[in-house]
Amino acid sequence: MSIEVRDLSHIYGQGTPDEQAALQDISFVLHGGEMVALIGHTGSGKSTLVQHLNGLLKPNSGEIIVDGTDIARPGVSMLDIRRHVGLVFQYPEYQLFEETVAKDVAFGPKNLGLDAEEVDHRVREALTLVGLDYEAVKDRSPFDLSGGQKRKAAIAGVVAMRPDILILDEPTAGLDPGSHREIMEMVKRIHDSTRNITIFVTHDMNDVAALADKVLVMSRGRLLTVGSPTEVFSHRTQLSAVGLDVPPLMDLLGDLKEGGLPVRTEIFDLDEAADEICGALKKQKEK
Amino acid sequence: MADIIQAENLIFDYSRPGSEETETVRALDGVSLSIEEGSFTAIIGRNGSGKSTLAKNLNGLYLPSSGRVLVNGWDTADDDRIWDIRQTCGMVFQNPDNQLVASIVEDDVAFGPENLGIPSAEIRARVERVLRQVGMADYREKTAHLLSGGQKQRVAIAGVIAMEPRCILFDEPMAMLDPQGRAEIMEIIRALHRAGHTVVLITHFMDDAAGADRVVLMDQSRIVLDGEPREVFQEEEIIRAAMLEPPLAVRLAARLRARGVELPPDIITTERLVDCLCRLR
Amino acid sequence: MLRDITLGQYYPAKSRIHQLDARVKIIGTLLYIVDLFVVQDFIGFAVLGAALAAVLVLARVPMGYIFRGLKPILLILIFTFFLNLFMVDGEVIWRIWILKVTKEGLYLALFMSIRLVLLITASSLLTLTTRPISLTDGLERLLSPLNRMGVPTHDIAMMMSIALRFIPTLLAEADKIMKAQQARGADFESGNVFRRGRALIPILIPLFVGAFRIAGDLAMAMEARCYRGGTGRTRMRQSVFGRVDYVALGACLVLFAAAILLRVLY
Repeated sequence: MSIEVRDLSHIYGQGTPDEQAALQDISFVLHGGEMVALIGHTGSGKSTLVQHLNGLLKPNSGEIIVDGTDIARPGVSMLDIRRHVGLVFQYPEYQLFEETVAKDVAFGPKNLGLDAEEVDHRVREALTLVGLDYEAVKDRSPFDLSGGQKRKAAIAGVVAMRPDILILDEPTAGLDPGSHREIMEMVKRIHDSTRNITIFVTHDMNDVAALADKVLVMSRGRLLTVGSPTEVFSHRTQLSAVGLDVPPLMDLLGDLKEGGLPVRTEIFDLDEAADEICGALKKQKEK
Repeated sequence: MADIIQAENLIFDYSRPGSEETETVRALDGVSLSIEEGSFTAIIGRNGSGKSTLAKNLNGLYLPSSGRVLVNGWDTADDDRIWDIRQTCGMVFQNPDNQLVASIVEDDVAFGPENLGIPSAEIRARVERVLRQVGMADYREKTAHLLSGGQKQRVAIAGVIAMEPRCILFDEPMAMLDPQGRAEIMEIIRALHRAGHTVVLITHFMDDAAGADRVVLMDQSRIVLDGEPREVFQEEEIIRAAMLEPPLAVRLAARLRARGVELPPDIITTERLVDCLCRLR
Repeated sequence: MLRDITLGQYYPAKSRIHQLDARVKIIGTLLYIVDLFVVQDFIGFAVLGAALAAVLVLARVPMGYIFRGLKPILLILIFTFFLNLFMVDGEVIWRIWILKVTKEGLYLALFMSIRLVLLITASSLLTLTTRPISLTDGLERLLSPLNRMGVPTHDIAMMMSIALRFIPTLLAEADKIMKAQQARGADFESGNVFRRGRALIPILIPLFVGAFRIAGDLAMAMEARCYRGGTGRTRMRQSVFGRVDYVALGACLVLFAAAILLRVLY
């Protein structure tokens, strides 16, 4: 399983006065089992990019090769694309519509043309995977669930399609810290159990540092860099130039270093950071 | 200074359809809170802790099931004073899209003053002034729905300050914004406080609460902590029990103290922690 | 696709047409629409078309906006054109397979298309050059005589203004929901009418739920901003009926009289 994007470009309103390049010459490769964070300033093209990966938008030029097939080519079956690539939009709970949670989650699998037994199986599996109690919620109206539960149910609707590539557009938007943590733990759990490619769009650099194997950084419709969190976050000034931060802890360590305390800054864990600072303070005193 | 808002033993019940019949939920359970004129209070808590319900009780959008709320001495249950109360205590809401009434920026800002029956020339002057105050003067003729979330929220704030309220309640104004929008709005809130407005900020971002004079932590329909930020944020256990996290600087400082580093007790911001550590070496 | 709909959109500019009193523009547009139905020949359309062109030039709205307003009705336009072209009996001038084009059909097809284009252009010009607030204020004032008969004119105007404000928001919401359901494999493009109708349920239900959520939020925000109906309310923008407004209204009435006269004389 892999996805390869080659020289992808998308222009909005081509031929009109307000023509605008939304994506320009994007190229990258992702492999099975990778957890990928997509970061960038609002309007950098993140949402446009993920909609291409799912076939909702067609590029003006370039290729998107999912498992050997170019899904950007005309004539490719949309259903085939959706079998491979699942996309969870921002605030997905606003898309719930069925009478019961189970029926809502079944919508995607049914559209794939699966038989009733397989659909049932997938619904149970997906609801369990997102951390909802299948028996307790299956017959409830999705509109009666709490905010966090609604979002999980909506995500289950895409997980139940068992995509090889699961994309989540800002899955934690608008959540309080507790629900935020729960949703990110859920994303990790789904990824660990399916070993698919998971791409999540986020503004939260702590999540990037904690979860991602690979980070894609977008700015003004271009792919700025690709790398591990440690690599990407080591370019603090470059990131800040495109309106992005490093994780708050790295930021703090960076400030300490600039203030004259020689500490390593590529640390994402609080206890590790405390040890590092203590060590640096001790060394200074010995001198 | 005198208290502008006094909430006394507030209880607020609402009913919602349950599995069998409608059930009654107690969203506020004996909350008492006084807000001093000119202060900056942050009310923090997880979703469903009752913080939003509390805010809506403070300007008469909700009326208490029992207990009472006084704004400038007026009871919110007094029908004759309700408009004075809402003019005194303006409110900015969470969703930037759903609180703008008019299509064009300046028309929206004028909506509140128009409702107050203020003469046209005075409204125009106020609209000009408040749009400049929130940095949106260049957008006065723009269509509201085409603005970014942060810009919409700035217009919403302008619409509230155009009514010249003494107190402004912010009900999670940054929850739906990106980091840049959040920073912009926080900056405006601080400026409004400096300009003399009483500010009540409802938020689940701890770092935003660190800049307040006072932090009120709500959990399960009650106030569980109330004090200056440096006092409240020391209570890591209670904060964690409420499913929140103290600011980064507080958490790191606690770990450093545990490792024998001597740090003053009042560290709540990153700048202060960095400053203290750099002076230690 | 849904974002192309420019219904009720305002284009800010400082043209003579923008500065006209909203009441003149509302009456003018209504008279113009009546003109379009009164006129029976191409000479009449030429006159009305020229008048609209003059207003277009004065309004300084880019033509792109006008065309975008016409795009959603393009399908209806083509449909009515061909319906008229092939379905009207009369003197046959052209025959393809079982279809025949008659002189009368061609005439009617052109006639209807021109009427529809002028109608849509004129009414979108009204909203493009008039702020939604001025538009609804103007409407409220025009309807105010009905107030004495117990018609809640202020409330009607406020509802209209809110509708104009939230049309783009709801369209964006519908667009998003549609994409989200497509990502879940929903298919809106194939199948018969019944299937397609059913396929809309996953869009319509979330859209309604969303509309109610917006309505609840908005009502609360309006209350917090001291909205209590029309009484005691002032306006930032006070419209004064000036000389230019009388001239413009006069021009509309002259055009109206001319259309009637043409109809009566020929």
